[in-house]
Amino acid sequence: MADITISKVTKSYGKTEVIHGVDLSITHGEFVVILGPSGCGKSTLLRMIAGLEAITGGTIAIGGDVVNDREPRERGCAMVFQNYALYPHFTVAENIGYALKVAGVPKAERQRRIEEVARSVGLETYLDRKPGQLSGGQRQRVAMGRAMIREPKIFLFDEPLSNLDAKLRVQMRLEIRKLHQRLGVTSVFVTHDQVEAMTLADRIVVMNAGMIEQIGTPTEIYERPETLFVAGFIGSPPMNLVEVEIRAPGEAVAANVPLAIPVFPAMAAGTKAILGIRPEQIEIRPGGRHALHADFVEKLGAVQLVHGRFAGVDFIVQCPTSEPVAAGQELRFEINPEMLHLFDPASGARLKRDNLRQHASKAIAA
Amino acid sequence: MDRRAAFNSTWLAAALIAPQLILVFIFFYWPAVQSLYWAVTLEPPFGGGNQFVGWQNFQTVFSDNLYWNSVRISILFAVCSTALTLVLSLLLATFVDRQLAGYRVYRFVYFWPYAIAAPAVGLAFRFIFAPDAGFVSSINRVFPNLWNPALDGWDAFILIVIANSWKMIAYSFIFFLAGLQAIPRTLTEAGAMDGAGVMRRLWDLQLPLLAPTFFFLLVINITESFVDSFGIVDIITGGGPARATDLMVFKIYSDGFKGLDYSIAAAQSIVLMVLVVSLTFVQFKYVEKRVHYS
Repeated sequence: MADITISKVTKSYGKTEVIHGVDLSITHGEFVVILGPSGCGKSTLLRMIAGLEAITGGTIAIGGDVVNDREPRERGCAMVFQNYALYPHFTVAENIGYALKVAGVPKAERQRRIEEVARSVGLETYLDRKPGQLSGGQRQRVAMGRAMIREPKIFLFDEPLSNLDAKLRVQMRLEIRKLHQRLGVTSVFVTHDQVEAMTLADRIVVMNAGMIEQIGTPTEIYERPETLFVAGFIGSPPMNLVEVEIRAPGEAVAANVPLAIPVFPAMAAGTKAILGIRPEQIEIRPGGRHALHADFVEKLGAVQLVHGRFAGVDFIVQCPTSEPVAAGQELRFEINPEMLHLFDPASGARLKRDNLRQHASKAIAA
Repeated sequence: MDRRAAFNSTWLAAALIAPQLILVFIFFYWPAVQSLYWAVTLEPPFGGGNQFVGWQNFQTVFSDNLYWNSVRISILFAVCSTALTLVLSLLLATFVDRQLAGYRVYRFVYFWPYAIAAPAVGLAFRFIFAPDAGFVSSINRVFPNLWNPALDGWDAFILIVIANSWKMIAYSFIFFLAGLQAIPRTLTEAGAMDGAGVMRRLWDLQLPLLAPTFFFLLVINITESFVDSFGIVDIITGGGPARATDLMVFKIYSDGFKGLDYSIAAAQSIVLMVLVVSLTFVQFKYVEKRVHYS
């Protein structure tokens, strides 16, 4: 079984701690995507799983065995690097077969397995070429083949698609997903691209500044962001975030615009909160209660994005292209209270129904 | 895009090139032509008229057993000191590249020997390896007469090989280190993921990619050991004992300036020049073909 258990893992370079106690367990056969902005520590975490980076504190266990002090080769992981890291002086066949050569697999069997893997990544006619003679997509396939041939317990992907052009990226994404379905090998995939994360992952781990913000299925992450960071990071265009003040139970006000919010009766007047509304969940309705003055309109084909100001902040509304709206015009809309997200402005945590009361009582005490 | 600066005025370009051209002319072409002239004439030691003798000087040189002894020793010296230099500097560069403890200090310290003039290196080694006073004397106390470069030809030979390598290691080290650090780190990491240990990665991945650097250093080291070893030999052994360290370049000096036989010395330097040029030519022509330039 190749499950991965990461507990209380920290990483420091000198005195600077870059990963602050990460807990994560990945079950056998799962495809987990670690998503976060650059510099959040996601690659470092992956490299600690691989054994390329020493672990400062905490433990990482693979299949129940703590691997902190084990060499990369003893961990049963294969890795696909961002820049492919192909051996430039080896042919494609030698690149793919290097792991087997190191392991001392007899030549005939090695040849057979190289051909088998090359077929499955569509490289059988390129086996004698050097990496320098291949296109970006083909190099990516060699890197995949090199990872596959060892039949590893775990696949690690370090932003493997970010050097490809947009079209190839979509294609390779699909192939990685198919590969996972076929082989069922536990996979950890690091990316900063939320579309990659949403499409590939069984579960997404959102990281920020060396900490895990949220772990959940793509749907959970999208529908119930646990923190303000996740709310702002996931979704394109990003979620509209409005700072509001509670005026009466169930009603908030931002820049003199009254907004209906989900029922949390105990929340006292005067409490502040941050309210999140996704641009695609706003209901366009002629004669609606709210108005957005459109500054400019981006047409994306099927949908259009209307940018303007609402309740004192920059605001985006997404609507079908059929909607007749142009810059300078006013767009009327309604906000469905069920589609709102509320966050504590101090901690950034999501305000759930059950902790809303605490929040309110604290506000009263203050 | 052409990033070279273009000079419109010819005289400015000429003025900028001139110092280098003058230096090369005075210190290379002029002496080279002069020795070619001396090599085919009979030059009296204290000046005066000379006499054209054609190939006679070369015939004298080639029929001299002492000269062939010198050639043999020079080749052996070049092979030994180049091998020692390349192996040790590669080893040190690998250590520093792997960032073993204290690598920041070593990175600087290893380069210092190159900044020391050859005679100074020679003097230092002469003291260190002196059989009666240096640190070797304590070994000689336990095993009497184990080491004495003043009496034993092989001891003297080993001593100049060590001294020359010690100086050249610094230079080769810097190039090897730069070469190793130019190899993307992910490449060795990929090797580690593929199950290769440190030595295996060095052998399969880093060394092949270092081949261009290795070839360059091979040429430089062999050439240097032929032409640049004079200072070390002169100070440490003076060519002895019994001509055991009489390298070609030292023999040119001792025949010319001690023996005052300018013609024979000039002929020898022409031979040395042809030898070094042809060695370099052979290396570029044949060895380079087997080098991967990725």
